[in-house]
Amino acid sequence: MIYIEIIKVAFVSLSANKLRSVLALLGIVIGVTAVISLMSIGRGTQERITSRIQDLGTNLLFIKAGASSFGGFTGQAGSSSSLTFKDAQALKDPLFAPSVIEVAPEITIRAQLVFGRKNTNVTVMGVTPQHLSVRNLEIDSGMFISSPHIQTYSEVIVLGSQVSEDLFGFQDPIGEHIRVNGKRFYVVGVLESQGGSAWTSNDSRAFIPLTTAFYRMQKQRVSGGNINVETINVQTKDLEVLDDAINEVSTILRLRHQIGNDDEDDFNITSQEQTIETLRETTNTFVVFLGAIAGISLIVGGIGIMNIMLVSVTERTKEIGIRKAMGAKKKDILLQFISEATVLSFGGGFLGVVLGYLISTGLDGRAILGQESFQTVFGIDVAILSLAVSAGIGLFFGIYPAARAAKLHPIEALRYD
Amino acid sequence: MLDLKNIKKNYRMGVIDVEVLRGIDLSFESGETVSIMGPSGSGKSTLMNIIGCLDVPTEGTYFLDGKNVGEMNDNQLAEIRNAKVGFVFQTYNLLPRISALANVELPLIYGDRKNLRERSMLALERVGLSHRYKHKPTELSGGEQQRVGIARALVKNPSILLADEPTGNLDSKSSEEIMDIIKNLNKESGITVILVTHDPSVAKQAERIVSIRDGKIINE
Repeated sequence: MIYIEIIKVAFVSLSANKLRSVLALLGIVIGVTAVISLMSIGRGTQERITSRIQDLGTNLLFIKAGASSFGGFTGQAGSSSSLTFKDAQALKDPLFAPSVIEVAPEITIRAQLVFGRKNTNVTVMGVTPQHLSVRNLEIDSGMFISSPHIQTYSEVIVLGSQVSEDLFGFQDPIGEHIRVNGKRFYVVGVLESQGGSAWTSNDSRAFIPLTTAFYRMQKQRVSGGNINVETINVQTKDLEVLDDAINEVSTILRLRHQIGNDDEDDFNITSQEQTIETLRETTNTFVVFLGAIAGISLIVGGIGIMNIMLVSVTERTKEIGIRKAMGAKKKDILLQFISEATVLSFGGGFLGVVLGYLISTGLDGRAILGQESFQTVFGIDVAILSLAVSAGIGLFFGIYPAARAAKLHPIEALRYD
Repeated sequence: MLDLKNIKKNYRMGVIDVEVLRGIDLSFESGETVSIMGPSGSGKSTLMNIIGCLDVPTEGTYFLDGKNVGEMNDNQLAEIRNAKVGFVFQTYNLLPRISALANVELPLIYGDRKNLRERSMLALERVGLSHRYKHKPTELSGGEQQRVGIARALVKNPSILLADEPTGNLDSKSSEEIMDIIKNLNKESGITVILVTHDPSVAKQAERIVSIRDGKIINE
């Protein structure tokens, strides 16, 4: 029998029992739909997260002070006081660090912000004016921290949009005084909202001059006139010179910290790219996990098909006998039943891809139950893979029933009623 | 052209072997019409299965057109059935979901597919049913269904037409029609006709009657 004929026969037999065929198909349809839509949502979320981090700038390096070590007890990274404000200034050196275009050191503290009867607990960052451009922040109203603020250790504060809303509601905060850990600060600016989840967002942070943070807000200070910083943000010219920048920065810092050739760095350099990469790996696991869960329903669908095919073989024993009497070989019968199972599962897979596509495009950019709006990415590769897997499932789960049909003895099959 | 020598067939029923055929010697000439008669349990169905290459004998030799069927494997038997044997069954054994024409095409799709449609229509014409080729078996009368069955049996121009109680489920008028068609086919194309029946009025329409009882031929 030629293949067109086989598939035609498969369609005729399947359409003879439409309800049953549709029910058998349904398992695969649901499985593929689930795989496609879940993978689209997973990938969309992944894309959203990485693009949001990319918005913050990909050509960034973060230098953190190494972990403090006291009597063999190693503390948190950044806890040692090895990085200073002067280190940061030294990194902006067109001769020894040509790949670096801007440097922004920072200190973080936790603080209670109080205005009138409202208060909130936020991360307050001691920063320099460069922070604005290096971290891609935008001013909504007022101004950012400026050089005179740094020089005079001014008690001024710039609020993230969420902080401003929490403390002032719709009132204009510029020119108001608030208390930060009990000290009076003058609000000079409010940032534009960046959106995004809490852990990447600057919306729920506040910014004060680095010097103010160091001299006025911290309980302990290291003597010697150095301002210690926790992190230095380094902006490089572009992504290509990232590795050069890492070399230049570490050379300068090792010289300044007088680290011998065989000794380890007392600082850590990471890049935004690395962060994205790590995140991508993590979310990949999540996406694959979603797909795998949906994939299980595909296997369940396959078992459904096998069940239907077994029933079908028993029901059509007489037909098999007739076909064998007419000269059908084992191979012909085998092919016929396998192709029926495959037509079922492939058809189900195709419907599933269409449904999955509709669901993923339908969900794209739509907010459901007040959640943030969905972002979905329909993957052609996932669609093709799902189709191939569903056809494969039909083949796999069709083989056993088909082999049973092919093995029937013609006389016994003819006698069957 | 059909030559059966000392054919024996045993079936295993649980632990004991049942001898169904106990040494059958039989030969048929090309173009003959032969009736095989016998009561139920006589072994005539088993003999028919062996002649029709649906089964192989436990012992003995069976030559069909010079080929030893007894030594063939399943695939070779399927090929022989497809090329040389046309079956007509008491219960017609048509596939219910496809048209009369598609039923007639069945033996062709498992072999030489050349001019499939034309040959099938021609076969239907020979049984006088070409006007109903689109109908499904359930839409045809018993006699018409059996005619479709005959068309299916002869579509490949086989050497033998093997008819197992071909009129068993039909009224006397239809029975007569069917028997006339079979006899005409034999006259026109010289096909060997083997009728398996227990109805003497059917059996006597053949040139030769073979009676079997308890797995042996009792007279010819």
